[in-house]
Amino acid sequence: MIHNKETIPQRPAPKGTIGPIAWLRGNLFNGPINTVFTLLGLYVLYLLVVPTVQWAFIDANWVGDSREDCTRAGACWVFVNARFSQFMYGLYPSEEYWRANIVFAMFAGIIAWMVVPRLPFKRWMALFALLIFPVIAYVLLHGGYFDLPRVSTHRWGGLMLTLLLATVGMVGALPIGIVLALGRRSNMPIVKTFCVIFIEFWRGVPLITILFMASVMLPLFLPSELSVDRLVRALIGLTLFQSAYMAEVIRGGLQAIPKGQDEAAAALGMTYWKRMGLIVMPQALKMMIPGIVNTFISLFKDTTLVMIIGLFDLLGIVQAALSDSRWLGFSIEGYVFAAFVFWIFCFSMSRYSQYLERKLNTGHKH
Amino acid sequence: MSVRPNIRPAGHKPPFWRDRAKRALIFQLILVAVVAAFLIYIIGNTQANLNARGITTGFGFLGNTAGFGIGQTLIEYSSQSTYGRTFVIGLLNTLLVGGLGVLAASIIGFIVGIARLSPNWLIAKLANAYIETFRNIPLLLQIFFWYFAVLRTLPSARESMAFGEAIFLNVRGLYLPQPLFESGFGLIPATFVVAIIASIVLVIWNKRRHEATGKRLPVFWMSLVIIFGLPLLILVATGVPVTWEMPVLRGFNFGGGITIIPEFLALWLALSIYTASFIAEIVRSGIQAIPHGQTEAAQALSLPRKLVLRLVVIPQALRVIIPPLTSQYLNLIKNSSLATAIGYPDLVSVFAGTTLNQTGQAIEVIAMTMAVYLIISLLVSMFMNWFNARVALVER
Repeated sequence: MIHNKETIPQRPAPKGTIGPIAWLRGNLFNGPINTVFTLLGLYVLYLLVVPTVQWAFIDANWVGDSREDCTRAGACWVFVNARFSQFMYGLYPSEEYWRANIVFAMFAGIIAWMVVPRLPFKRWMALFALLIFPVIAYVLLHGGYFDLPRVSTHRWGGLMLTLLLATVGMVGALPIGIVLALGRRSNMPIVKTFCVIFIEFWRGVPLITILFMASVMLPLFLPSELSVDRLVRALIGLTLFQSAYMAEVIRGGLQAIPKGQDEAAAALGMTYWKRMGLIVMPQALKMMIPGIVNTFISLFKDTTLVMIIGLFDLLGIVQAALSDSRWLGFSIEGYVFAAFVFWIFCFSMSRYSQYLERKLNTGHKH
Repeated sequence: MSVRPNIRPAGHKPPFWRDRAKRALIFQLILVAVVAAFLIYIIGNTQANLNARGITTGFGFLGNTAGFGIGQTLIEYSSQSTYGRTFVIGLLNTLLVGGLGVLAASIIGFIVGIARLSPNWLIAKLANAYIETFRNIPLLLQIFFWYFAVLRTLPSARESMAFGEAIFLNVRGLYLPQPLFESGFGLIPATFVVAIIASIVLVIWNKRRHEATGKRLPVFWMSLVIIFGLPLLILVATGVPVTWEMPVLRGFNFGGGITIIPEFLALWLALSIYTASFIAEIVRSGIQAIPHGQTEAAQALSLPRKLVLRLVVIPQALRVIIPPLTSQYLNLIKNSSLATAIGYPDLVSVFAGTTLNQTGQAIEVIAMTMAVYLIISLLVSMFMNWFNARVALVER
């Protein structure tokens, strides 16, 4: 019997199925229709990319401090440069920037800590972020304590205000959303009706009417001697709006937990709040994180609407800078800069949410 | 099997806070009381504030003369019209930009969504770049870009960009030729309606015949020919009773033709492009949600490729696509309220803006505005529930 003990060496793949040329042929030029599409796509790409690069980089003006320095044909980034600190801090007094910087740095640190999977003590960090950090941030930004000069809220603005609105709106909306979602799934008819009406009302109207309501009608609702800061009014509107969307995300997560989990916990004699807090919510929250991140992205984009009621968020301050008579005619640069900042934030968040979805998708496969 | 003895001695009831039903009742009564107290507090404050400011409540103001002009009116309006009329004008403008936005966003969204799944690497990447760019930039920023950075920097009327001798684009808007219908044109819409009814009848007849005999006709193409061919035939037969009124430069501005104001263009473009990026993702995930086995099974039955798509893939994909799609449509209509930032005269801009500022009737105006959006949402979610019930998978 012939017995070959040697394994046959692997043969290379047939020529024409590997290498860049084969890739091109397989993905771009397989068939006449695809070839036409590829050429068309290349042409579109050429039309878009070449003038953009020319305008934004090659012909751009980078250094200088007034519009006289914008001598070349391309973009004038001098404008963004000159206004950069305003775009970041709004009308915050420049000698107090360090306070905003500390808050920025702490915020970034907390986010990094929560996002990097290997770092320990996530629960303590979350408690710190939710309970202690807001106090520190308020004391630092607003001042009036520890010899820090007061900076009233109408001077807050720029990216700082955008981040503040989005995070406060989000953190405030989460508990309200949880209560609403539990209420909507409750067996008690009146509780359920209240929650459904509340959720559907806020979800049914545009954010801008809510902001109008917060700025025009809220002063009517409250006793006349109680005047609410404009920023706080916007925050109340944003939080209520966001809580309705959050409630729906949480309800979706709760529905994904099999009923047996709740029943098994009940069979062990746990009360409603113990069942929710120890069994259902921890499992559901894990599934909800991508949805929560997605609603946060839309809230982050929606904060731009506060400029309509007179707050200067990043877009608001860019828009205000564009009407400065010394810098007329640089609207494209201003908008491109603002769009770039928003894009970076939203894109990285959506990537993070996709990563989480993949990571969490490993467990319960049927 | 023995009957379990009752643990509690007879006649001993548990305290009421251990009785679930009673506890629920008490809890709900407390909730009602708290909400009622809150409402009474707010209403009391509001009345005191309104009295202090000397504002009388009520909807009587709707009959007063508005006294301001509106840039785009679909029905007759002058500054002598009433505030009630401004509400209608605003509502129509909202519905116009919403309807056209839904149409354009669907077309762009479906094309991009399908391109995203293209086997052509470059096309798929371009579609992906489109989606990732536009959905991660705030809508308001995009509206501002189109309005202030593009349309407001166009040349003046005298140097307007001309496309042929019929279409002109300048800083004041887009000028299109307007069709003027002569007598006898009424026949054509009438034929159109008749043709639609005829094709519906044809489709029903064909379905019955198909079920009875297994034979069927190419109904889709036939009804297409009927719906568009018949009115065209009548149009030619009656000697084309349409003339076109061209926009002409008179002095500093154009006269004649249809004017599309730049505010509308900017809002429409931004809404369509932004919403299309979400629709594209919905379409992509809807198509990808169909397991590959479905297509393979259909091919194993030797269905031709066209029928695989029409009978197997698309009906199943639509079940996944339609619910999020309608909520995107709803978002688009709600987002059209951003019109107020660039001054397009939609409901929020005209009614909750100018009318509110002139009359000071904040509560009535905001309530009416919100009611409009709530009714639209309610109608759409009723449709959604109906649709979900209709297409829901019937399982054992």
